[in-house]
Amino acid sequence: MGRFYNSSIGKKFFVSITGLFLMMFLLVHLALNSLLMFDDSGELFNHAAHWMGTNPIMKVMEPVLGLGFVLHIIYALIVQIVNWTKRPVRYAKMDQKEASTWTSRNMIYLGAFVLIFLGIHLVNFFAVVKFGTPPPITIDGVEMHDSYTLVSGLFKTCVSIDVLYVLGSIFLGLHLKHGVWSSFQSIGLSNTIWRKRLEMVGSIYAIIIAVGFSIIPLYFLIF
Amino acid sequence: MAVLNSKVPEGPVHLKWSNYKENQNLVNPANKRKLDIIVVGTGLIGASAAASFAEMGFKVKAFCYQDSPRRAHSIAAQGGINAAKNYPNDGDSIYRLFYDTVKGGDYRARESNVYRLAEVSNEIIDQAVANGVPFARDYGGYLANRSFGGALVSRTFYARGQTGQQLLLGAYSGLNRQIALGNVTMYNRSEMMDLVIVDGRARGIVTRDMLTGKIESHFAHAVVLGTGGYGNVFFLSTNAMGSNGSAVWKAYKKGAFFADPAFVQIHPTCIPVHGDAQSKLTLMSESLRNDGRIWVPNKLEDAAAIREGKLKPTQIDEKDRDYYLERRYPAFGNLVPRDVASRAAKERCDAGFGVGTGQAVYLDFKASIERLGQHVIEDRYGNLFLMYEKIVDENPYKTPMMIYPAIHYTMGGTWVDYELQSTIPGLFVGGEANFSDHGANRLGASALMQGLADGYFVLPYTIQSYLADQITIARMNPADTPEFKKAEDEVNTYINKLMNVKGTESVDSLHKRLGKIMWEHVGMARNKEGLEKAITLIKELRKEFWEKVRIPGKAESLNVELEKANRVADFLELGELMARDGLLRKESCGGHFREEYQTEEGEALRRDDEFMFVGAWEYTGPDSEPILHKEELKYEAIEVKVRNYKK
Amino acid sequence: MSEKSINIKVKVWRQSDAKDKGRFETYDVSNVSTGSSFLEMMDAMNEDLVNSGKEPVAFDHDCREGICGMCSMYINGRAHGPDTLIPTCQLHMRKFTDGQTITVEPWRSKGFPVIKDLIVDRTAFDKILHAGGFISINTGNAPDANAIPVNKVDSDLAMDAAACIGCGACVATCKNSSALLFVSAKVSHLALLPQGKIEAARRAKAMVAVMDDLGFGSCSNTGACEMECPKGISLSNIARLNREYLVANVVD
Repeated sequence: MGRFYNSSIGKKFFVSITGLFLMMFLLVHLALNSLLMFDDSGELFNHAAHWMGTNPIMKVMEPVLGLGFVLHIIYALIVQIVNWTKRPVRYAKMDQKEASTWTSRNMIYLGAFVLIFLGIHLVNFFAVVKFGTPPPITIDGVEMHDSYTLVSGLFKTCVSIDVLYVLGSIFLGLHLKHGVWSSFQSIGLSNTIWRKRLEMVGSIYAIIIAVGFSIIPLYFLIF
Repeated sequence: MAVLNSKVPEGPVHLKWSNYKENQNLVNPANKRKLDIIVVGTGLIGASAAASFAEMGFKVKAFCYQDSPRRAHSIAAQGGINAAKNYPNDGDSIYRLFYDTVKGGDYRARESNVYRLAEVSNEIIDQAVANGVPFARDYGGYLANRSFGGALVSRTFYARGQTGQQLLLGAYSGLNRQIALGNVTMYNRSEMMDLVIVDGRARGIVTRDMLTGKIESHFAHAVVLGTGGYGNVFFLSTNAMGSNGSAVWKAYKKGAFFADPAFVQIHPTCIPVHGDAQSKLTLMSESLRNDGRIWVPNKLEDAAAIREGKLKPTQIDEKDRDYYLERRYPAFGNLVPRDVASRAAKERCDAGFGVGTGQAVYLDFKASIERLGQHVIEDRYGNLFLMYEKIVDENPYKTPMMIYPAIHYTMGGTWVDYELQSTIPGLFVGGEANFSDHGANRLGASALMQGLADGYFVLPYTIQSYLADQITIARMNPADTPEFKKAEDEVNTYINKLMNVKGTESVDSLHKRLGKIMWEHVGMARNKEGLEKAITLIKELRKEFWEKVRIPGKAESLNVELEKANRVADFLELGELMARDGLLRKESCGGHFREEYQTEEGEALRRDDEFMFVGAWEYTGPDSEPILHKEELKYEAIEVKVRNYKK
Repeated sequence: MSEKSINIKVKVWRQSDAKDKGRFETYDVSNVSTGSSFLEMMDAMNEDLVNSGKEPVAFDHDCREGICGMCSMYINGRAHGPDTLIPTCQLHMRKFTDGQTITVEPWRSKGFPVIKDLIVDRTAFDKILHAGGFISINTGNAPDANAIPVNKVDSDLAMDAAACIGCGACVATCKNSSALLFVSAKVSHLALLPQGKIEAARRAKAMVAVMDDLGFGSCSNTGACEMECPKGISLSNIARLNREYLVANVVD
């Protein structure tokens, strides 16, 4: 298997596998976050967040998720850095608009933007919960973090954060629009028929993620 | 005549090849490693021969002028490959394939060679399938066939319209395997500049590395030329731009007789010439005649209106169309052999019924599309239709294709005996480069068959028989062998001479002028005056070439103009020999049509009493005339008849 | 078929040899028929150059009927120029307009170093095929051609993949100079046929290893190769190669 890790196909395999794993996570994340909009008291969301924070499975999954991110980024970077060396003399004129989509050619930049956004996002919430002092709340006798207030507070007060989150969601969506089908292709699970289906699924998924995550800050900003 | 010994084995025609194989000499495996074979050209014959020799244990050096052996012009063959498998159960047999090929060649091919070709045809299909050639199949998983010109059975195997490509890639994959195993050393972008003869035997070649201009010598115990035909003597042909006759021509000048140079095939279905800038002609596969109907308007005024753009072909009523092949040849209709179809098209155009520029006829698929549906036609010829549309900018599903005959294949070539050995011992020539199997006209789908027959199944036997008594010859080092040194010096002198003309006219311009002379006087219809005139004109042009040719750049680097000049210099000599051969042959047969010799109906008039021979020319020097040697053709297994495709 | 005559400028890459840095030169070409092929226009340009005592622009070409795969030009930012399903030799001047400047460059890739002007070295493709682009059978070993029936669907897919002409447009157009379309086409062609299936795993591993060594990048699935491929070789071949390669590595 040693050759596999180092081969061009093998490296792409890891980018894709980790990407598919992260896509699963995004769905869970979105499902959980959408609870923010269904209960203005915040009780529903706080319960869910508490359960996520204390459930033993989730305890195990948290570092796995982190590892998924790290591997995805590292492998994507390795692949990209190698690819950058493959055309030492550039073309004077390149016209790819008919041959491929902009998103497919710029995954690394979309990914980089998403990474920056991820950093800010982690500082905004994850770091506060883990290392800072999140506001406490007691629901039904159980003491937990008031995650709802943390989120709603940020989104209600700071327009620039809202804009950033909407932009982040859109870039993430663009990254996923190519990423979904591409991941299946790279692990060999595609053919002429399934390509159309997977591209369709990818587009729908990307829209759900981009719109879903954009709605939440806008919801708090507007209502 | 004693000079030409065709070495045809004894026995009835169907046992000759078996007899040969049973009695031939063999080389033991340990000795095979000590024997080198040079193969020049990597088309079907070159690639298949090189791979097969290497599999047997010989050490092979293979050469091609392209950047990869995969690009040899066999790749452009479209329609298919014949074999006597009789899978369709329509009455085919080895004898019938043999018969059709001899008849198609107008009884000017050597009977024993053609029979052997038909005999091994089936093995070629087996070999190709095993190599991964994706021939067309039916839903049951078994191979499909289609029909081709000059035959009443469906015996043609095909891979869409890319049969040549697939067969070549099959042979090339075998070659790749042997290159990887170290049994073949491949020299890409190398041009053979001369043949080296030591003690009367072919012992190597001198090449020019086309990237660096370096002149190099290579030794071998035997040399095989599979360098294709010389159709580019006409400038415009369906050959690749780089296809040339130089290897066989250099061999001719070293003593390998050149047979029947006048036998040139004009293919009836090519895309017509569009203007003076035209650089080559594109073939539309003969297979299209299976489903396409050829016609011109039957009223002169309609033809004129079409030429002026006032009428469209789709506006001509059925009753105003002349399906002239169906009219003249009811039995074979649109599937008459190529020479017949070409002449018929020329006859109609000369009579004023031509369309397009006047030098074109229609190939119409309307009836087939109505009968079978567009998807069936698309499945069969999709890539050809696309190619036509890209070139002509018209949709052939909607409006009929325009076609016109063009130079396609040369039946003539180096004279070889039954073993495919030339008059120089140790020099073997296969495929289009030799003369042997197609007589005066080649049937469709037979070139691929011959190339692979020679490479896979004939040469591996016959060359071994030759090499069996060469095992005592040690490998020679060209650097210490005076014959190699001399050949290299001659090549260098020749290149310097070319470079130092420093004239005013480009190679292409001179080549186009040669092409015009050839097409006009040595083309589809020839006569005594024209051929004599051609000889004079070519001589003059050759003189002009050596005074006027302009080659910019250096010889010691990649120099495209020098490459072309070297080839055209040879064409300027070869063209003359073609005219000479045409002049000699006072008859019409196959692709060679002498206007003086035709029937009252305008059909070819063959003169078996005087001309049933292979005319092999011997080179005697730059300033003296070549000598003709005749190999009389005897037909024992076949009755010689007048070709008749009417009934 | 209304043909016109146009005047154009050709901005073309000139490089005397592999060591030369290279530069663009611009030449006027006048009275070009729109019915001419692009290479016929290049011929006319070269004829002018030769007549003025200059070296003509060297470019690879041979069959000029779209099958040998020798022609290889990057024209106005696109491999084989502004048309689809054709190599350069089938590109016609009707795709250009009067007065236009046409930029012509060689294939650019680490795997395809420039030899001279527009000619590049594509022997890397041959080397990849040496590694396993064949079925290991000697001449004379073959059983009857109909002894092993082949599913028509597989046979047709194999033919689709085998249509590759090895021109290198996939590499030239790929942002990573990936050769995966070329490699996958050959792997697919042979793996789809029962004759080639036997050594499919070994073949996939060997060919990918050589491909990686020879300077080609990895696949980003942009699909540009498929769009610029003169023979329309499908990306599904790449998926098949990825699958074959994965399985080959898992199995042994």
